Amino acid sequence: MISTDYYIILSAILFTIGALGVLIRRNPLVIFMSIELMLNAANLAFVAFGRSWEIAKGEAFFNGQIFVFFVIAVAAAEVAVGLALIVEIFKTKKNINIDEMNSLKG
Amino acid sequence: MTSELIVFLVLSLVAIASALGMLFSRNTIYSALFLVLNFITVAVFYLMLGAPFIAMSQITVYAGAIMVLFLFVIMLLGAEQMTAPDALSWQKPLAFLLALTLTVESVYLIFARAKLDTVITAPDAATNSMENLREMAMTLFDKFLLPFEVTSILLLVAMVGAIVLAKKEKGARAKTSNS
Repeated sequence: MISTDYYIILSAILFTIGALGVLIRRNPLVIFMSIELMLNAANLAFVAFGRSWEIAKGEAFFNGQIFVFFVIAVAAAEVAVGLALIVEIFKTKKNINIDEMNSLKG
Repeated sequence: MTSELIVFLVLSLVAIASALGMLFSRNTIYSALFLVLNFITVAVFYLMLGAPFIAMSQITVYAGAIMVLFLFVIMLLGAEQMTAPDALSWQKPLAFLLALTLTVESVYLIFARAKLDTVITAPDAATNSMENLREMAMTLFDKFLLPFEVTSILLLVAMVGAIVLAKKEKGARAKTSNS
């Protein structure tokens, strides 16, 4: 017997750790991992809310899980393109420091 | 204190510790492995929430495919120990302060409007049945058919994009050297 709110609080904490990672790390790979962590926290909230609704209504309810399914697919696409970009930047600059990726700055 | 709550607390401790480990380890490979641990813990949470299919796809897609891709790129670039000097020294404390504020605020808001009667019970055996999976598939291919197809196009676009980015542009280079 766990309250739904515990899951939501855990999700909020994981999301904050991910956001903190985006802010304090200079390595784009770790920043990517932090984004994955944030997506995961959102997924956890989706499934927890879906389960809570399921219990409240007493019937099977899959919308939350299906949204998580879509989020996982989008995350996979994002990682594929993002890592290709990082490899390409590394090939041109020989460095992946996030502070040096300002070539597009006007 | 039920056994379910103990499992939840221990697992959430592991999840938060592995997330922090991901954030603060110097070596990027350790970060990736901590993140794998975190994904597996979240998969166990999905099992506790009665979503076995999502738990398994979490392990195969996230902990399997995505993190292997990460490790592959880290080792390919040799980016294990890449430490850069901090250009903005005031940024780190500010980020910690903001993250702490966000956590306290969200936890307070959730507790302030918490309805503690909405409890989540452990799923029964019917959750793991084939019938349940069939119902989920019916929802996916009936109500969510259009988003499903759009997702497949998105994956195709991402695949083409990654290939275009990774491939060497021999024709373009020859053209620039000629002109």
